[in-house]
Amino acid sequence: MTRVVITGAGCVTPIGQDLVSFAENLFAGHSGIREMTDRPPELHFSHTGSVKDFRPEEWLTASQRPIAERSSAFAIAAARQAVSQSGLVAAYSGDSIAVILGCSTGGRTTEEQEYRKLYTTGGRIHPLTVPRVMASAGTSLVSMEHGFTGPAFTITTACASGTHAIGLAFHLVRSGAARAALTGAHEAPLTYAFLKGWDSLHVVSPTACRPFAADRDGMTLAEGAAVFAIEPLDSAQARGAEIIGEIVGFGMSSDAHHITQPAPAGPAAAMLRAIEDAHATPDEVGYINAHGTGTDVNDRVEAEAIHRVFGGRARTLPISSTKGLHGHAIGASGAMELLATVLALRRNLLPANAGLGGTGVDPALGLGHVLLANEPASPGLALSSSFAFGGLNAVLALRRFEA
Amino acid sequence: MNPIAEECIALIAKQKSISPEQIRLDSTLDDLSLDSLDRVSIAFDLEEKYDIEIPEEKLGQIKTVNDMVTGIEEAVRQKSAKPSATA
Repeated sequence: MTRVVITGAGCVTPIGQDLVSFAENLFAGHSGIREMTDRPPELHFSHTGSVKDFRPEEWLTASQRPIAERSSAFAIAAARQAVSQSGLVAAYSGDSIAVILGCSTGGRTTEEQEYRKLYTTGGRIHPLTVPRVMASAGTSLVSMEHGFTGPAFTITTACASGTHAIGLAFHLVRSGAARAALTGAHEAPLTYAFLKGWDSLHVVSPTACRPFAADRDGMTLAEGAAVFAIEPLDSAQARGAEIIGEIVGFGMSSDAHHITQPAPAGPAAAMLRAIEDAHATPDEVGYINAHGTGTDVNDRVEAEAIHRVFGGRARTLPISSTKGLHGHAIGASGAMELLATVLALRRNLLPANAGLGGTGVDPALGLGHVLLANEPASPGLALSSSFAFGGLNAVLALRRFEA
Repeated sequence: MNPIAEECIALIAKQKSISPEQIRLDSTLDDLSLDSLDRVSIAFDLEEKYDIEIPEEKLGQIKTVNDMVTGIEEAVRQKSAKPSATA
């Protein structure tokens, strides 16, 4: 079977706007979660993971500038980094490269700005509103910039969008339906009405998210993008590309249960399917980069799912959620977490689960090895999990690349 | 150059990220590589600026920068000729 490797990665995140700074802040435990500078006073929360000092003008070409709004600009910036690192353009014909990105919320900045004008003053709607707002704009703009004319689409499965996108791109490349792919996710959801919507759900932490902590009190919203270039191992090696990671399995499932409440059977099935797809067994898994949002329910249900898959090993299996550092960037979070997992395998260093400094890990979860600090380890297999609202689950399985 | 012509040229320059010096009144919109999306965006900005409405059929007749300028001037004239509803 074709082995699929990662030969390029780019990111625009609250903890770094390139691979080097993301890695540095991830392993230094420098959080990108900060108090909002223009916080709407009525919100019950004060912190988000925003991409500080992102300058779209440094990334967007003259033709992209009028069309690309913040979310698409993140995609363009992350994709350009991945393309540049991988050398995909010179290696494959454009028609054999797929572009598959995840995006759940589309162009919210434009949408809210234009609709506000309309509803308050009855003014006109800017003619670029539709192309700026559509969730698939990022995929289109990235495909146009690099001349990639293979299969291209955007996946929207709320908080699992990025993981679904990467998983499907992995399957397309593994099956030969695409020779290579640019895949990941982008999201810019920190807009007034959207923040208010989340506030009403009462799932956002008043301070900062602390996944799996005994005193956890909710998630922290964030924004950003991460994009990967993937291709078959043999052609990557033949052209001497630097290989930074290997994707070996992908599993999906639906809870078919509730629009916001998760149920353990769905996440457990997605983890098992990812392991099966990797032709592995649960015993080989040595690290999970968990969905770990920091809400009471998610972390409880995810822990239960881990118990169902791993049995007694749930008490010893190294687990961390990196959302305590980069926050929850909705559809883009799975792509950021895949990046964290790739770096962990590459460096033989598992990143700590930030936010456990207070009361420590919730003993009721029965997870005995949530990482309090970075830990040297070389897991045989690692999982990166995303479990979305509406019970849509996606899990990627990775191995440290060894030729 | 009158202020409306200056505004039209400034908007085209901004839309295409080119210098205003590259734009002449007799330049055609095709010469300036203004596609349909560029044209409706610029029309929108002009409508907002002058609080006018450019009829759909007029929009299609604009071939040069000068057509654009005269079209806006006409719409502005018609607007000021209309008695205000509150007058």
